[in-house]
Amino acid sequence: MKYDIVIVGAGVIGASIAYNLIPYDVSVLLLDKNNDVAMGSTRANSAIIHAGFDPKPGTLMAKLNVEGNQRCEKLCADLSVPFSRCGSLVLAFSEKDKVLLQELLDRGNANGVPDLRIISSEELHEMEPSISEEAIAALYAPSAGIVNPWELCLAQAEVFVRNGGTFLGNCKVTGIRKSDNRYILETTQENIEANTVILACGVYSDIVHGFVSEPDFRIVPTRGEYYLLDKSEGSRVGRVIFQCPDENGKGILVSPTVHGNLICGPTAEILKGDPEDTSTTAEKLAEVKAKAALSVKDISWRDNIRNFSGIRANSTAEDFIIRRIPEEQGIFEAAGIKSPGLASSPAIGPYMVDLLKDSGISLPEKASYDLTRKKIHFRDLSNEERAELVKKDSAYGRIVCRCEGITEGEIRDALNSPIPPVSLDAVKRRAGTGMGRCQGGFCGPRIVEMLIEQSRNVAVPCGSTPLPPAHLSILQDANGSNLFFERDAEKEVES
Amino acid sequence: MRNYDIVIIGGGPAGLAAAKSAAENGCTSVLLIERDTKLGGILNQCIHNGFGLSYFGEELTGPEYAYRATEELKSVNPVDHPSVEILLDTFVMEITADKKIYAMNKKDGYIEISAKAIILAMGCREKARGALAIPGTRPAGVMTAGLAQHYVNIDGYMVGRKVVILGSGDIGLIMARRMIFEGAKVLACIEIAPQPGGLARNITQCLQDYGIPLYLKRTVTAIHGKERLTGITVSQVDDKYTPIPGTEQEIECDTLLLSCGLIPENELSRKAGISIDPKTGGPFSSDVHETSVPGIFACGNVLHVHDLADNVTKEAIEAGKAAALYVSGKASSTSEQAVSSPKVFPGKIVRPIDPDAAKALENGISPTEDGNSAVRRMTCIICPKGCTLTVTLGSDPKVTGNSCPRGEEYGISEISHPMRTLTSTIRVRKLDGSIGRVSVKSKGEIPKEEIFTLSTKIHHTVIDAPVSVGDEVLPGVVATSST
Repeated sequence: MKYDIVIVGAGVIGASIAYNLIPYDVSVLLLDKNNDVAMGSTRANSAIIHAGFDPKPGTLMAKLNVEGNQRCEKLCADLSVPFSRCGSLVLAFSEKDKVLLQELLDRGNANGVPDLRIISSEELHEMEPSISEEAIAALYAPSAGIVNPWELCLAQAEVFVRNGGTFLGNCKVTGIRKSDNRYILETTQENIEANTVILACGVYSDIVHGFVSEPDFRIVPTRGEYYLLDKSEGSRVGRVIFQCPDENGKGILVSPTVHGNLICGPTAEILKGDPEDTSTTAEKLAEVKAKAALSVKDISWRDNIRNFSGIRANSTAEDFIIRRIPEEQGIFEAAGIKSPGLASSPAIGPYMVDLLKDSGISLPEKASYDLTRKKIHFRDLSNEERAELVKKDSAYGRIVCRCEGITEGEIRDALNSPIPPVSLDAVKRRAGTGMGRCQGGFCGPRIVEMLIEQSRNVAVPCGSTPLPPAHLSILQDANGSNLFFERDAEKEVES
Repeated sequence: MRNYDIVIIGGGPAGLAAAKSAAENGCTSVLLIERDTKLGGILNQCIHNGFGLSYFGEELTGPEYAYRATEELKSVNPVDHPSVEILLDTFVMEITADKKIYAMNKKDGYIEISAKAIILAMGCREKARGALAIPGTRPAGVMTAGLAQHYVNIDGYMVGRKVVILGSGDIGLIMARRMIFEGAKVLACIEIAPQPGGLARNITQCLQDYGIPLYLKRTVTAIHGKERLTGITVSQVDDKYTPIPGTEQEIECDTLLLSCGLIPENELSRKAGISIDPKTGGPFSSDVHETSVPGIFACGNVLHVHDLADNVTKEAIEAGKAAALYVSGKASSTSEQAVSSPKVFPGKIVRPIDPDAAKALENGISPTEDGNSAVRRMTCIICPKGCTLTVTLGSDPKVTGNSCPRGEEYGISEISHPMRTLTSTIRVRKLDGSIGRVSVKSKGEIPKEEIFTLSTKIHHTVIDAPVSVGDEVLPGVVATSST
């Protein structure tokens, strides 16, 4: 396999870079070690498009955060990705905190964050009646927003594929070597040749960089645990509620999600072993509850529908590391993309493309391409629009996921999408099924059935040995997460 | 806009009985809306027996109960002039306080309906892992018992080989036995409370019969395994159900089934502005099951979680009648009646737990054997009451503790030749050659020791379609559902 450009890592950063390369007449491969896109930090985070008052003025982070925030709204509109510019509040509980608010305000102004202001306790409680009485002031940032992070990644990757790009999953890079003026990527599949390599490897950024040269930074994988509450709690607050940041990060936030749930978290814990250990712990979950309760009153924890944790690709560098790797003509990296990485991502793709151009990588323009994606979100339609749509296509007339109101038509669309889902959770990421209060308890069997029907449509070569029953290959999520076992009891010959 | 006098939402046991009762009480314009492609609701996946003793007067499996309830509705709903119209495969999107219903299906598209009265019969759902906030990884193999029941009984998939059940609710106990019949090992059933959650008869016939230990006052405190479940950590809990540090034990398993309670499914009700009782999770209701919104009634598990389908049917008959009276103008509406927590249906089961038995259960030991070999203590499994029997052994055994003659018969039979009913599913070759499944049961009770022989025979057989309820598909095996 030969490509002009290979992007290693299909999280929201890799996808943004791939998406921003669509207008150029180069062959691009986006690859990932997992069986789908958005399988790392992208799938499990706070889903916040930060306003941009946290990063130190003058840093790349400050620039890309504010720019990414500005770009996000149009990008999401172009891609039918749920986004809401709901605003954020940083609460102050003491005079010391108030000093910090002023500092954040000054930083925000220096970074070019629009409409920032400090509001009084009165205005705060009028805005958000559920905020603790202990809060005495807040920094209000109307430009902050919330997004569906994995759909932002997926949508960009899908449009990239639809415009002729290639996505390759289950392909782990194990080495990179130079051959003449090209690079050979050794992978768990075949070797891949590239003129230019872009690394967007999340928590593995330092390790993959190490295939090329000794990295001058280290990734410090930092785990954050969350509660995700039922939609019945979704309107407890209307904005992202932060506490004052400290040395451990932005602290525990309470926020609505674009799906209408309430999210609380994250904790911050540096992982010493497996950088992908996304387990949760009783201790840290208790911390989320205790700290969230300081900000917002009366959260009904019994309405919890899911706990999860995500890993931030924090690094020993203070800023994002987005650059050409020193001494290498054709290897670039976006590493240490810590918070606000998601918010910055819509600007990181364009920044990387500029960097390629400035480095003399040939990017001739393409004659035609389409950067948009239309996707039907049935539940967001009006009654009239729903009636109209069902009349046109009856598949939208059957609800499969009853908690989230997802139709058979939307699942079929997901199955036929440019990067077809290979697991129950991959369908979930595309169609939104199983996200609700029953967590797939009712729709699971029907989606399994649809995945099996889909796999039957894939042609089987003549004369090959008979395939095992299709349901045995159905995955919950990653490879190895098979849902079903062989039924030993029925193995013997039928009578 | 379509108009009906009464619209019933949900075609499980509650909806079916409410429809029948509404028709019997003179209402000729009833619409029953069911989300699935067939009537019966969750009963269709509950292939075990134990239903119907109180309402139908005989022991039935879930699919048979659904069949009977459907036939009962048909009997008052003649095909040539039906009072009850049924919409299958139809999903209700929204109901409003002024009794508009927005529903949708593939055939009719988006439907707007206006009703004079609505009966809510949407049932309930299971508490999932999130409600319990169990820490750990998120591998495949952790699922609710009801979901496993669907995969095993309807789809015919094997969900696990080494299974642990968390929670001793009835669905969990039933699934423990079901997994044994399917060839899995069931390592333990773990219950946080000091007493089991399910019926005493199910403790006996689902756990003790197969030597599955029940561990009380314990819970799962961690889930392990990256892709597929590899094990769990179990801890003892104190009186406040808080795990006690230092009591952790690891169990290696590939499947964890959750049977930790049911929640009435009231999302539609909430949107219509119906007040929900935080205690039951169902609507506050009057003596005739009318909710806080006049003309909207509720019955079955959407109102409060019932132990028995029979009680759901009885409650739904009352609700159907009340709705018919309301529509005819003969009933006073809610505005004149106070709504309160739903009354618990008479005959609510109190679970007698023998203190000795509970102690033995806590140690994971079958409680059937008394230290004194001259008597044997046991739970009668003949009906859901689950009387604790004491049988004096000897040439002329005596049974005490029974509340009916059948208990005496059971006690005596149990010490000499214990009998059980086997329920399972069998493969059916359909006309197009594809393989489906119907549920089956042994024709009457069979000797307990023959259970596995018959179960294996059923597993190794594929029968031909068509199959109807009651067909003898193998010698001694009858179908309890149809193709």
